[in-house]
Amino acid sequence: MTRNLVEIRNLKVEATTDSGRQIEIIKDVSLDIAEGEIVALIGESGSGKTTIAMTLLGYARQGCRITGGEVRVDGIDMVSLSESERSHLRGTTVAYVPQSAAAAFNPAITIMDQVIEVARIHGLMTAGEARAKAISLFRGLSLPEPETIGSRYPHQVSGGQLQRLAAAMALIGQPKIIIFDEPTTALDVTTQVEVLRAFKAVTTQHQIAGVYVSHDLAVVAQIADGIVVLRNGEIQEAGSTSKILEDARHPYTRELLAAFRPKAQERPPESEEATKQALLLVNELTVGYGSRAGSGEPLVSAVKSMSLRLDRGRNLGIIGESGCGKSTLARAIAGILPTHAGDIMFNGLELGRAGRSRTRDELRQIQIVFQHADTALNPAKSVEDILGRPLTFYHGMKGKARDARIGELLDLVRLPKSIRHRRPGELSGGQKQRVNFARALAAEPTLILCDEITSALDTVVAAAVIQLLKDLQRELGLSYIFISHDLSVVQAICDEIIVMHRGQKVEEIAPARLKAPEHPYSRLLFSSVPKLDPAWLDTLHQDAEQVRTYCHN
Amino acid sequence: MTNSTLSDRRGIRLGYRANLVGLSALGVIFLWVVVALFAPHMIPHSVGEIVDTDYFGPMSRDLWFGSDYLGRDIFSRILMGARYTLGISLAAVSIACFAGVALGMTAAVAGGWLDTLLSRFLDALNSIPSKLFGLVVVAAVGSSIPALIGTLAVIYIPGAYRFARALSVNVNTMDFMVVARIRGERLPYLIASEILPNILGPVLADLGLRFVFIVLLLSGLSFLGLGVQPPYADWGALVRENIGGLPFGAPAVILPSLAIASLTISVNLLIDNLPTRIRDRSVE
Amino acid sequence: MRKQVSSLVIRRLLIALITLVIVSFAVFFATALLPGDTATILLGQSATPEAIEGLRNAMHLNDPAILRFLRWIGGLFRGDFGTSYANNVPIADLIRGRFANTMKLAGLTAAVSVPLALTLGITAAIWRGTLYDRFVTVATIGIISVPEFMIATLAVLLFAVYLRWLPALSLTNEIKSFHDLLRVYAMPVVTLTFGVSAQMIRMTRAAVVETLNTPYVEMALLKGASRSRLVLKHALPNALGPIVNSVALSLSYLLGGVIIVETIFNYPGIAKLMVDAVSTRDLPLIQTCAMIFCVGYLFLITAADIIAVLSNPRLR
Repeated sequence: MTRNLVEIRNLKVEATTDSGRQIEIIKDVSLDIAEGEIVALIGESGSGKTTIAMTLLGYARQGCRITGGEVRVDGIDMVSLSESERSHLRGTTVAYVPQSAAAAFNPAITIMDQVIEVARIHGLMTAGEARAKAISLFRGLSLPEPETIGSRYPHQVSGGQLQRLAAAMALIGQPKIIIFDEPTTALDVTTQVEVLRAFKAVTTQHQIAGVYVSHDLAVVAQIADGIVVLRNGEIQEAGSTSKILEDARHPYTRELLAAFRPKAQERPPESEEATKQALLLVNELTVGYGSRAGSGEPLVSAVKSMSLRLDRGRNLGIIGESGCGKSTLARAIAGILPTHAGDIMFNGLELGRAGRSRTRDELRQIQIVFQHADTALNPAKSVEDILGRPLTFYHGMKGKARDARIGELLDLVRLPKSIRHRRPGELSGGQKQRVNFARALAAEPTLILCDEITSALDTVVAAAVIQLLKDLQRELGLSYIFISHDLSVVQAICDEIIVMHRGQKVEEIAPARLKAPEHPYSRLLFSSVPKLDPAWLDTLHQDAEQVRTYCHN
Repeated sequence: MTNSTLSDRRGIRLGYRANLVGLSALGVIFLWVVVALFAPHMIPHSVGEIVDTDYFGPMSRDLWFGSDYLGRDIFSRILMGARYTLGISLAAVSIACFAGVALGMTAAVAGGWLDTLLSRFLDALNSIPSKLFGLVVVAAVGSSIPALIGTLAVIYIPGAYRFARALSVNVNTMDFMVVARIRGERLPYLIASEILPNILGPVLADLGLRFVFIVLLLSGLSFLGLGVQPPYADWGALVRENIGGLPFGAPAVILPSLAIASLTISVNLLIDNLPTRIRDRSVE
Repeated sequence: MRKQVSSLVIRRLLIALITLVIVSFAVFFATALLPGDTATILLGQSATPEAIEGLRNAMHLNDPAILRFLRWIGGLFRGDFGTSYANNVPIADLIRGRFANTMKLAGLTAAVSVPLALTLGITAAIWRGTLYDRFVTVATIGIISVPEFMIATLAVLLFAVYLRWLPALSLTNEIKSFHDLLRVYAMPVVTLTFGVSAQMIRMTRAAVVETLNTPYVEMALLKGASRSRLVLKHALPNALGPIVNSVALSLSYLLGGVIIVETIFNYPGIAKLMVDAVSTRDLPLIQTCAMIFCVGYLFLITAADIIAVLSNPRLR
């Protein structure tokens, strides 16, 4: 190997803050990528991984600019080029696959016209040749109906397909290197497997180098030859994939890896079956949206005849992919959505079908915590006001007693007392989620419904939140229902797991008792969760028939 | 650029950043407010007194802005006119925004038939051009000052409603609203404590914008002779009175127009250059 | 998809119809609030009570308001606008010629302002942040902030008083040549164009800036597209709906503008007629003129709504 395809030297990128100050967001980064090599940039949000990847295109997003160093791609420094010189290299030497293909496709132009646009802009081939090449790429990316899918508009195909179409769009100009910007983050795991396979196949086949930006080590392990771990705009550690996975040196990398291997449930096995007491019993519950016809049937049922049981002090996990009805179920239990049929028994008493028909005490006992703390916390109120309101509302606390209790709550969720006067916008993602949880605790509930509460958090932060939930359960004797698409999160904390698919319960599993699920959908779902093992994707065998039956990608 | 940073006692850094355009606009508005409040003590001549033997007199040392069609001091009349233009507009915009925002938040949070009914009705009122609405109502109820305030307020309630409702509907979809509802909170709390703090900034900017519309409409009505009636005169009425001086380019017809423009442009510039609050996390 | 679009369009039209009913209700009852008895006003204070009662019966003034409202609406549909109180002439005759005059003024203004405003608005968006953009932005704010009569008086001052190019008054009956046309219409059209264009420039600029900020325009940039391609192929086709929408909305501003402009330039149009009717308290005339304006305004904003629906590529 004489020369590397990409050589980044002493790269510096600055951003302008709201107050007009300049801050350095990329601090003196250098890295190399060889021909045909795929390098992953790993880090949490704000680590600068996307910013670095974008500099390969000579591009910095609004408010940012490259202030120093050089980015040589195929021997040419992208930093010192003029804008028009850069545009000649974009699409032909360096191509880009965006995080959200749904937003990156122009809604007014057919897919084919957008895919072959690169060829047209750079005059690479005739329109007919470009079309033929696009169709062969569609086939290579195992897209359905490769001959005709190009004539559709972006909103007429699914997210997983769009993501692959974006890859076709990047490949058409035969670039030397492709930037993948978290291309599977928004996808369901079963879809992700398909898309990852397609990416891996085409990059190997066409001998293309790549930069794969991701926060997910397991995904990266499947596709990357090398890994660069970033934090706060600096490289923490770099090396081959196997070296990073097996022999990480840097404490932050180890933390990342540790967060990925959650400890199994460590609680004493239930000794006496007799002490079991049903806290929540859901019987044949049907919930849906839309106006009900005279029969009382909803227009669209999101949850169909669902039954479940949760014993006091135990945890129940509900997993499934987007649109399976898991969040709807949680909302119905909390009383946010009215149920159409079936009943919910809590503590042996039947709950009203909607929140309005429940007593204040019933509402207090079941609290729900949402995924996005950003929207779950009122940005105009201080932490103190947010936590104080349920104390006043449910427990009539005022003045000193309330202040003291707010302090205790912050202690419980391991937050410093000094943040009580801050507003949510001034907290980090993990802090916000803790405040969100503390508000639920303020009500002194018996059951907390956790709706994807760790999904928006970075791996390390999410692991800490899960640990906190476990600790609090021990201290306060709570029960949780954990809604997630992420099997590892649910396994880490739940005694029992329900797998949902298209509004129905597919299977109920107790991880402690039997590891292997039996229903084909559960097996498909569980097997699709990426593992840190780099050979996982290549050795994974899924029944194509089942993938077609259960996936809507 | 000026940059002021206040640090409150809890050690949170709060900064405000204002620019020169915004500050000068604020200065002009402040000046007119002072004039409106203290005009009777500031005028060099009585507004009804004929001080010039000539009419449409030019600017001079004694009569700074010249004289009007009867030979009265136009400087004094503009200062007094500020009371009517600012006073009527401010009263009208306060009523319009208070009513519009209260209704808008209620409709957004309550939803259902109340929302549909209010929206249908107020949107219908909104589809009457404002000047026409003014003409028709003034024809019906006359041009007394309370009637003018009421008319202007009614004309701009639908706009304020629509704006506040749109903002509130967005806030209403947030999870914290779901959390508050499922806690068992009632409508007044939801509106006052969860919605209002989140829409206050845009609502105040909208109030400024609506103030400009009202000043323009009031001036337009007065210019048509349907607004403030003699012996009182707002700026629009001053232009109307002295329109005969237009062929001579008399200051009496130009300066009241400039007074209106200085106020409305300043308010618009202030809204576009509002001091931005800095919440820079990296500072902490 | 087509079905969805047509149902949305029908919905808009229905809303417009309901709005029209509410508006006519409002116009009718606002004018019916007029203090003083119409018969007394018509016959004068000295009329005998019997004469007044007779006229009241003849004019159906003793009927319940709702009946009078329905009769009035029915009349409007048949083209019977009633008779003017002031000079006892059928209103249809009064407005016929004047309606044409107002339409001429509005048409000319639209013909001048639409191309002008679109050019300025789109170019300002493309060269966002440049000196040119800042100048356009500040100028439009300035124009939006001042009353129409000020623009009109400044125009008179400049063109008629100082430069002596144009007459201060518009009188449409003396047009014999293109030169006359220019002299007569120049100032009203210029005044109206200022206000209408300023609105349109602002809205157009905002619409184009918004589409230029979308991820798909960034994607096109990263595919190596040139600036002109970004704008012409990616941004403008998506901004077209909002732009046409802004044109329709801005033209509705014309309706308010003509009221002032026709008065100040003494232009014999509908708006001038209505302002005169307000000062003579000629009820039927006010009602008819108001309805004409409301229908025109409603037509424009409904058109804007429908264009917004039709231009959504996701519904195509």
